[in-house]
Amino acid sequence: MSLPRTACEIRAAVAGREVSAVEVCRDALDRIARADPKLHAFLHVDERGALARAAQLDRQPPAAAPPLLGVPVALKDNICTASMPTTAGSRLLEEYVPPYSAAVVERLAQAGAVIVGKTNCDEFAMGSSTEHSAFGPSRNPWDLDRIPGGSSGGSAVAVAAGMVPLSLGSETGGSIRQPAALCGVTGLKPTYGRVSRYGLIAFGSSLDQIGPFAGSARDMAALFGVIAGRDARDATSAPDAVPDYTAGLTGDIGGLRVGVPRALLDEGVEPGVAAAFAAALRELAQAGAVVTDIDLPHASLAIPVYYLVANAEASSNLARYDGVRYGTRADASSLTEMYYRTRARFGAEVKRRIMIGTFVLSAGYYDAYYVKAQQVRALIRKDYDAAFANVDVVAVPTSPTVAFRLGARTADPIQMYLSDVFTAAANLAGVPAISVPCGLSEGLPVGLQLTARPFDEATLLRAADVMERRIVMPRPDAGSI
Amino acid sequence: MADTLTRADVERIATLARLELTPDEVTLFAGQLTAILAYADQVQQVDTSAIEVAPAAAAGHPAARDDEPAPCLDRDTVLSQAPSADRTAGLFTVPRVLGS
Repeated sequence: MSLPRTACEIRAAVAGREVSAVEVCRDALDRIARADPKLHAFLHVDERGALARAAQLDRQPPAAAPPLLGVPVALKDNICTASMPTTAGSRLLEEYVPPYSAAVVERLAQAGAVIVGKTNCDEFAMGSSTEHSAFGPSRNPWDLDRIPGGSSGGSAVAVAAGMVPLSLGSETGGSIRQPAALCGVTGLKPTYGRVSRYGLIAFGSSLDQIGPFAGSARDMAALFGVIAGRDARDATSAPDAVPDYTAGLTGDIGGLRVGVPRALLDEGVEPGVAAAFAAALRELAQAGAVVTDIDLPHASLAIPVYYLVANAEASSNLARYDGVRYGTRADASSLTEMYYRTRARFGAEVKRRIMIGTFVLSAGYYDAYYVKAQQVRALIRKDYDAAFANVDVVAVPTSPTVAFRLGARTADPIQMYLSDVFTAAANLAGVPAISVPCGLSEGLPVGLQLTARPFDEATLLRAADVMERRIVMPRPDAGSI
Repeated sequence: MADTLTRADVERIATLARLELTPDEVTLFAGQLTAILAYADQVQQVDTSAIEVAPAAAAGHPAARDDEPAPCLDRDTVLSQAPSADRTAGLFTVPRVLGS
């Protein structure tokens, strides 16, 4: 018999004893072993730990089947795991094994999931292609010469290539949605505060958020219901009740008001992406949504604001990598020299961002850059508040282009940053946003991005589910198994 | 605003950030940081006179809690993570701090 592939099918089959968690786990490990040599989605595969965990699940009484029973899940390598290395794609944390696991890891364990390994990402989640990983880039399963997007590129690839049905990534400015779009899977950036960051390696603390990748909104709803919710160990985590996201997938978006910020789309959207986006809007309308034009006057400033705010926070957060308490240490004859030489191991992009952040926080520049950026950020947030008075979701393409070729943007940091021109605003405003596949351009996936009011992920999942029913995506050729 | 960052500016920032840069990195970053800051300068064109104070983080939830002792990682576990430590004394160890 063929083994179940989606998270919901796996859970039902394992709960019904039609298949064992060990069989499902072996299948995922086999897929990883076959596909990963060419895709490099994983930095670490915990074959022994995953099989032991699956066997343990198979021994448990079948009475209460938790929501992810026997489901293989991959984690971005900036999410701490006490039983596996956690490198964040950096030489500074090479072979680092944390002394504790992230809150989301505990929740996955309680939900019966089987964590199979850790996925590749740009170093400390800084990048849009995985090319800034210290351990080499991941490849896009639709075209191995192209990047998968980033920074959570490995997690997107692992789902897109069919290695695992679910994975977790993290976002500071588009790092889940952009790779989801470029790899043809669904990716969600939750509301700021919706998912505990306890055990997430910090990058930009006013922006960081963990979120899921899945092959469908239904699988994503199951995973998101597990990871969402209050955690006292993350002071920013929100007490708001977690709805039943699966029950919210009614297939009905009749009357949903969809706003399109037309002025934002004037520049830089590839014709093929624009065409797929237009087709997606027609599908939304045919499904009963009401599509209107709106204005987000400050959203075009999201990238400059983002790179001032995020880098300022990064320069502060990454000060902890000094070679004293954990991670690697460079040989040196004095403490100061040790700091400099240890931190010389950061890759070029991380150094660039620490430098920018240090500069904008330094005396004489703080008000002009950092404070000014925070003020413009407040205006970006107000734009969304105003928009959501009239519409329920805002629709834009997730990425202005399809996946670009490896090396195409590494020499020009600003071009790389512009990959997130449509995603960074949601992080700055703290609102939830989803990328759902909406067709192909030049044979490569295009993502539709929908943004909603704070804590209204249920609407995003419902709309994504409707889109998936209407636009059936093919499987990637190059890297799938 | 700072129109152009010189090599000396880059070296000054690197010192603040405790980053050792190669001469090539100093040259590369002088150009790239100048370009990135010039790009970010767009924010200067925005009228923010109506925004009174710099907002804090996006979340609107109170982060305060009672300051009560709670379990945390024990000292041996923490020291076991260090590149160099004296576990008997319960200390991280580092190269000399003062003198030559």
